[in-house]
Amino acid sequence: MGVMAQLALVFGLCLACEGVSAALPFPFPASVLSMIILLGLLLSGVVKEKHIDKAAAFLVGNMAFFFLPSCAGIVEYWEALVPVLLPFFLVAFITTPLVYAVTGWTVSLLMGRKRKEEGHD
Amino acid sequence: MIETILTSPLLGLTLSCLAWCVGLWVQKKTKLILCNPLIIAVILVVIVLNVFHIPFQDFNLGGEFITLMLGPVTALLALNIYQQRALLGRYFLPVVVGCLAGSLASVGSVLLLCRLLTLEEAITASLMPKSVTTAIAVAIAGSGGGVESLAIAAVMVAGVTGALFAPMFARLFHITDPVAQGVAIGACSHALGTTRAMEIGQLQGAMSSIAICICGLITSVITLFT
Repeated sequence: MGVMAQLALVFGLCLACEGVSAALPFPFPASVLSMIILLGLLLSGVVKEKHIDKAAAFLVGNMAFFFLPSCAGIVEYWEALVPVLLPFFLVAFITTPLVYAVTGWTVSLLMGRKRKEEGHD
Repeated sequence: MIETILTSPLLGLTLSCLAWCVGLWVQKKTKLILCNPLIIAVILVVIVLNVFHIPFQDFNLGGEFITLMLGPVTALLALNIYQQRALLGRYFLPVVVGCLAGSLASVGSVLLLCRLLTLEEAITASLMPKSVTTAIAVAIAGSGGGVESLAIAAVMVAGVTGALFAPMFARLFHITDPVAQGVAIGACSHALGTTRAMEIGQLQGAMSSIAICICGLITSVITLFT
């Protein structure tokens, strides 16, 4: 499929999901919804890798670039942010090792069980 | 003439692409995690806007085109999960339960700390999705009443912290299993952590990229209940 057809497919899917997201009784991000639906379409074989590969190579390959304008938007909130700068960074910083530890321990525990079960087979 | 140039959407597009190229170049030259292309490009854009007294709204006439692509970018992350489906199937339970525990720990600890520090609701909502990949974090922060740019700043802090200290965390918390190491990096530091996980090992890298998507999904659901 040509890259324009691939973009039409992806944009169309996102557009439909924006509609569905607006109709949901709770606030759920349309983009995450479109990711779930696209995964379902891929797993069911309705959409194939070759239908979206070129669009993905460009959009996902340069993913961080697309955050640039919203990130630069921080200047708009700078005055509100300055008084809470320290607690803001502190919260983001110290919760990171915590998430690592909780996830790492949980997976290690379950992997240990899995390996034991496989060992008994 | 100057007026036309300053208020054209092409200004924001040109400036963004240029700043991005400089950011990539600096990253390539220095190879420092802190010299992330996005961080450098943002600083450059902010400097240019200030020096030439360009209002952010004018820059954003073009910037909006770029931001609009975040929806499709997030949707296409589905392809990453799909390509890793064999590994995911093999370690399904440990990965999904691990991501669930990590996402709960992330959202819970942020909520608790923000309450303790009596931070505003908008700041708390922006910090809440800080462990997930930026595209999803922005969407979660937006629907929770947070500020997009603050959410991105929080995501950056979490990402850089994990990318810098992941090997140290593994020793500190005695995580020796490569699958556990990979999932843990992805859960706490999303794509930035994944770049480091790929350096540590192939399995760690793959597990980390799976964790990004699973944690993004789980966190979107968890934050519905906060």
